[in-house]
Amino acid sequence: MTDAPAVAPPTERSSWNPLRAARKLPDAGFAYFLLLPAFIFLALFTVKPLIGSIIASTQPRRGDGFTLDNYARLATDDVFLKALGNNFLFSLITVPVSLGLAMLLAVLLHQNVRGRGFLRAGVFAPAILPMVAVAVIWMYFYQPNIGVINSILGALGLPTPDWLGDPGLVLPSLMVMMVWKEAGFFMLFYLAGLQGIDPELEEASRLEGTGKFRHFWKVSFPLLMPTTLFAAIVALSDSIKMVDFVFVMTQGGPDNASNLLLFYIYKVAFAQHWPQFAAAISLVVVAVLVALALIQIRLMDRKIHYR
Amino acid sequence: MDRILTTSDRIERVLAWVAGLLWIAPLAYVFVRSVIVESPGGSRFGFDNLTNAWSAAPFGQYYLNTTLLVVGITLAQLVFGALAAYAFARFTFPFKNALFVFVLIQLMIFPEVFMSENYRTVAGFGLLDTITGIGLPYVASAFCIFFLRQAFMTVPNELVEAAQVEGSSRLGILWKVFLPAAKPSIIAYALVSVSTQWNNFLWPMIVATSDETRPITVGLVRFLAPETGMDFPKMAAGTVIVIGPLLAAFLIGQRGFINSFLRSGIK
Repeated sequence: MTDAPAVAPPTERSSWNPLRAARKLPDAGFAYFLLLPAFIFLALFTVKPLIGSIIASTQPRRGDGFTLDNYARLATDDVFLKALGNNFLFSLITVPVSLGLAMLLAVLLHQNVRGRGFLRAGVFAPAILPMVAVAVIWMYFYQPNIGVINSILGALGLPTPDWLGDPGLVLPSLMVMMVWKEAGFFMLFYLAGLQGIDPELEEASRLEGTGKFRHFWKVSFPLLMPTTLFAAIVALSDSIKMVDFVFVMTQGGPDNASNLLLFYIYKVAFAQHWPQFAAAISLVVVAVLVALALIQIRLMDRKIHYR
Repeated sequence: MDRILTTSDRIERVLAWVAGLLWIAPLAYVFVRSVIVESPGGSRFGFDNLTNAWSAAPFGQYYLNTTLLVVGITLAQLVFGALAAYAFARFTFPFKNALFVFVLIQLMIFPEVFMSENYRTVAGFGLLDTITGIGLPYVASAFCIFFLRQAFMTVPNELVEAAQVEGSSRLGILWKVFLPAAKPSIIAYALVSVSTQWNNFLWPMIVATSDETRPITVGLVRFLAPETGMDFPKMAAGTVIVIGPLLAAFLIGQRGFINSFLRSGIK
């Protein structure tokens, strides 16, 4: 780095004017110049729509004027409440299950198993696939008549339910798929975490005759806590954001049993052509996301503190 | 005691394989299914499903669109992100903390949540059904700014001072000192961004209305949609066309991919 070609900067008179102008700025001004491009686009696609949504959400569906009807409607709109409840349940179950399985997989694939690289890659592979492709793959498994799961169950003489057509089964079925897709991704976080744990700790447990499970519970699990907290936030935001499968598999049905918030926003905005009400729902979701962001910031503060 | 440990080791090994195979099975099944041709005389091995699917929809065009989209977004995110991260990591300026919190809050907000308003914005620019219009909401990423800023913070001051002594400009220092030092993080971010954008569906589906702009995810769903009932071989073939190259790229680069992920400190 120190032996870079000694270009004589002051004498160089080239035509790149904006950069030369930037050179003359004081540091503070230069910093704003650096921030400008990113902030223009961040403002355009998060601040502007935020303000736009606030305005739209206080307008009636037809005509002008100010109204709070859209917000009042949130409390009485059955589909919205259903989607909110579904999303809550979906997050509440998929996040801990994904993380728990990810941790188990990481512990299993941290050790020196033959074919470790292959197994790690295999478990991680679903994480790099598009959610829509994952959805198509799982439709094979869930299809009631010729689907893979029911073929096996039928051969064993067991009942063969309509996994995606039964209001009681559709959400759990989608949760299984979500966990399959997500667990490998978080396994990678945990593998990184496990690499950071001093191997002497495991040796000590071994010498003391502490069982593996006990060692995990008393040593690894607490040490992985920062990873868990961070992964939980990512998983939580994914469970709101990555709902493409609803479009492919169920369209929110049957009877809204698999309707999730982002899908409902889409339906209200683009199928019912009701952007004012869609804006009110968006703001509810944003409030949740901002709350999550604030929790994340606090956690990161603490993590930086501990380092 | 030794024997007890080896037994539990063996159980763990078996468990590792069971779990691994359970995860791989669905993918393996789709691949197998895509090369089984069903004909009145029974099933046989063949690539007919794949060739039929390939010619039934403009998958080549979809791939091209996705590539343009992904490369454009990732480059823009890195350029804008590196500039902003450099400002946060190196300079002091009024409202610095407030502006950084503004970035942090957006770590969680994704453009799709405002799909209705963003649709209006993009329509206002006359960019509906263009690749630019699909990519525009993503060109600045709060996560990229935050992530690169963390990497830049670890650059030793001595390097910066040495470059200053040499007479490097502030942008020259970003280029010659900060970017090379943060190379592992830049690669890791690029990989994450490419796979995220490659897989994106909802917003592109809203904006793209013609095959000239549709990315591969939207193309796949459209390819499968008009069917009445389920055509399993067709579904398998379409899925394999979409995920095959992705998995191949991943398997070729997986060691590097997983390692750069593990090393970059995304944890």
